[in-house]
Amino acid sequence: MTGAAGTFHARLMLEYGTRLVAGVSPGKGGTSHLGLPVFDSVLDAINETDAEASIIFVPAPFAPDAIIEAAEAGIKLIVCITEGIPTLDMIKVKKYLAQTGSRLIGPNCPGIITPGETKIGIMPGYIHKPGNVGVVSRSGTLTYEVVWQLTKLGIGQSTCIGIGGDPIPGTSFVDILRLFNDDDNTSAVVLIGEIGGGAEEEAAKFMKDSFKKPVVSFIAGQNAPKGKRMGHAGAIISHGSGSCEDKIRALKQAGVTVAENPAEIGAKMDWLLKETGLIKVETN
Amino acid sequence: MKLHEYQAKELLRNYDTHVSRGIVAFSPEEAVKAFRELGCPRAVLKAQILAGGRGKAGGIKEINSPEEARTSAKRLLGSRLVTAQTTPEGEEVRAVLIQEAIDIQKEMYISFWVDRGGATPLLMGCPEGGVEIEVVARRSPEQIFREPFDILFGLHQFQARRMASALGLDGPLVREAVSLFRNLSRAFIENDLSLLEINPLAVSRDGALSIIDAKVDLDDNATFRHPEITAGKCPSEETLEAKASALGLSYIGLDGDIGCLVNGAGLAMATMDIIRHHGGRPANFLDVGGDASAEKVTQAFKILFEDTRLRAVLVNIFGGIVKCDMIAEAIISALKDTKLKVPLVVRLEGTNAHIARKMLAKSGLKVVFTEGMEEAAKRVLEATKQNTHF
Repeated sequence: MTGAAGTFHARLMLEYGTRLVAGVSPGKGGTSHLGLPVFDSVLDAINETDAEASIIFVPAPFAPDAIIEAAEAGIKLIVCITEGIPTLDMIKVKKYLAQTGSRLIGPNCPGIITPGETKIGIMPGYIHKPGNVGVVSRSGTLTYEVVWQLTKLGIGQSTCIGIGGDPIPGTSFVDILRLFNDDDNTSAVVLIGEIGGGAEEEAAKFMKDSFKKPVVSFIAGQNAPKGKRMGHAGAIISHGSGSCEDKIRALKQAGVTVAENPAEIGAKMDWLLKETGLIKVETN
Repeated sequence: MKLHEYQAKELLRNYDTHVSRGIVAFSPEEAVKAFRELGCPRAVLKAQILAGGRGKAGGIKEINSPEEARTSAKRLLGSRLVTAQTTPEGEEVRAVLIQEAIDIQKEMYISFWVDRGGATPLLMGCPEGGVEIEVVARRSPEQIFREPFDILFGLHQFQARRMASALGLDGPLVREAVSLFRNLSRAFIENDLSLLEINPLAVSRDGALSIIDAKVDLDDNATFRHPEITAGKCPSEETLEAKASALGLSYIGLDGDIGCLVNGAGLAMATMDIIRHHGGRPANFLDVGGDASAEKVTQAFKILFEDTRLRAVLVNIFGGIVKCDMIAEAIISALKDTKLKVPLVVRLEGTNAHIARKMLAKSGLKVVFTEGMEEAAKRVLEATKQNTHF
């Protein structure tokens, strides 16, 4: 927490109202930062506070270690912001996490926010508004764009989660959709995908079989050339899979409302909420 | 990071993997020397570029004498090879590989990569080799065999045996294949590869396995722990993509005329999409990073203005936490040094957007300030159509 990014975002999280109770920075145990105690290890922090969640800003070469340390100490929700973790490291981390009760959001993600309550992430708080639409996305700034569209239309959000732009995310679209399915505060969902991998197809299959709430989706990268990594490590069309067309087709077959244009995602949700009666349309 | 074939084979030789004998050459003289050193009656000379489809494009030549080695090397080195997998401009050939010619009895395909959904490394094989695997997968999916394997154990013996038999190997070749596949799985994991493709893997007339062609792609996120591989990187062309990457920017050239400068990969892709949606053609993908620091924005403009095809530029920054006045300052300072010849449409969202708007208006630069992606896309398209030169 004592690094530049950690300090900057810890301050913003505190301002938003997040109950941030401690920082961890090896070698700085016993000091304090932003008025909070700093510990040498996650285990020390857990023993002294009642922390249940953590956010990781550690550089990529050391981030897998930090994730495993948090899980080993018993942290239930781990958010990893770090970009650039090697893919094979993430495979090992996921294998480890499967034996624990911890959930990892990210890496390479903006984090998670329940508007008006808590944010564990780096997203700008003010663009959000409390409400009943869940947002899940592989992107950072594109999520902000969509949330801002919703907020400007008066549509609030229950929880917004960036699962990250890496090939192997700790938490998948399907994992989040399961949670949204059971969440009474979420009545509809925006799902923002992008080229690469098959996570959107898996989400489509899950939605077709067992998702009960209306969904608007957008897939970024309709014009991306094959075999090129579009910024995100996971955004690449390869091994004959990951194209936009395949994803959009699967989503449409699952009954999802797909926005063709990124500027109309908010408007599509507005329409869908009215169509399904989740927003009452005033008639004269 | 893609490796050239000769580098891929050098890497694999450390793993006892039946790589066909070959020597790299950077000049016609070296090609002659390489041919003599190989000491075989027949060889093939292969252009070293980072794209496939070389055979059909004339990038692979059979050579039977030192003189032929010289002539073929002379023709290929320095030329631009255009294949079905390159851009229309092709790729410059900077090296050729002189490789022993092998009498082939049977060709197969194998590759190692990461199955994202299963979060596991995987060996994929097909008894048919030397052809495009996507084509086979579409035509006869039952001919594609997969063995996901444990990252900590590597490929198990029984899995390697199962694959060998799926590829139609028998007798002593099975034992040879088991050892080869397991060594390749080690090479895949120890070097943080994202792709290791052997196509074809051949059985020679004298009944031995041989790696004829190899494609290796190193996980870009893991280059920091493989300095030995990155150091040996073949001098490649000074592309804008390479320049941008050295500056920590993500740039991909496309074939349009609207330059894009965006923060965040998802938003950058969505910006290209909305330009396309309104009938425009993006000239590039350019992500300055989600945090959009002033420094990155300044550098990004320099990269952008090296592209002479641009007829307009769209800047789309969803700052959020980032202060827009800081971004406006970066835009103004970047454009002071560069003569802006094309219209610039700016969409800035976030803290202090109103200050940024005033700053840009006062700067004397002809900048169109817009709100929202839709308007930004429409305005940049109008600008292109009017073809206004400032």
